[in-house]
Amino acid sequence: MIISTIAFYLFAALTIASAFMVISAKNPVHSVLYLILAFFNSAALFVLLGAEFLAMILIVVYVGAVAVLFLFVVMMLDINFAELRQGFLQYLPIGGLVGIILLIELILVVSGWVLTPDAIKIGMETAPLVSNLTNTEQLGQVIYTQYAYLFQIAGMILLVAMIGAIVLTNRKRPGVRKQNIARQVYRRPEESMAVRKVEPGQGV
Amino acid sequence: MEIGLAHYLTVSAILLTLGIFGIFLNRKNVIVILMSIELILLAVNINLVAFSAFLGNLVGQVFALFILTVAAGEAAIGLAILVVYFRNRGTIAVEDIHLMKG
Repeated sequence: MIISTIAFYLFAALTIASAFMVISAKNPVHSVLYLILAFFNSAALFVLLGAEFLAMILIVVYVGAVAVLFLFVVMMLDINFAELRQGFLQYLPIGGLVGIILLIELILVVSGWVLTPDAIKIGMETAPLVSNLTNTEQLGQVIYTQYAYLFQIAGMILLVAMIGAIVLTNRKRPGVRKQNIARQVYRRPEESMAVRKVEPGQGV
Repeated sequence: MEIGLAHYLTVSAILLTLGIFGIFLNRKNVIVILMSIELILLAVNINLVAFSAFLGNLVGQVFALFILTVAAGEAAIGLAILVVYFRNRGTIAVEDIHLMKG
């Protein structure tokens, strides 16, 4: 029990520290790397909560796809980041004010709520956590039965996002020479070769 | 000390605040704003999974999965728009994006 407590505080502190570094790092590449650290630590928090499947999905999707995409875009675009950072301190007071107000409100909510006695009973009726199955099996049993339509819609959203990203970034550039295999295959010796009689001492 | 639901909710509240704070702080840099949005979605996910674990209800984890999907799609589309914008204008400063006078 003491070990899980220590682990929670370690991972929570690392998550919050790296999230702070994401928004305050000077170099956006460092921001992306701290974002990856934050995702890894929150995956560890998910494991502590018993949601192993989501933890692994978080690492695969966020670290493997989203963070690498961010890294790719940050490194591909030639941006003067020093210029973008001008006025950083100008927004600090108003941003800090909004942040602190929001944090105080959220902590008041967290410390003041009570659970309805029915909450656990309702949970038991819809999709209870069963202890004799692994987390992945339980999720599979629910997703493919009760939430099958939502699952299909999620797949459709990913498809639309993929097609949208391809259509947005694809461009036709004039003057690009591409390999035309049909033309290569249909090429004949007569079209491309000519035998000439060259007199001695003269060029072609 | 026993780790309860309130601990996880506090962590996610702090993460959400940091995300919103990041949007205010890096007002000129779209990439960091997108990263802040990812932090906000991560906070929401921690919230859902914590409630799911402490109430013994699996639905929270299912919805966390769907939020993950939407976040991935949003990041892909956002970065694609960013790349196209940079190709056309040569800058990604948020303050220069005022073609529609909004």
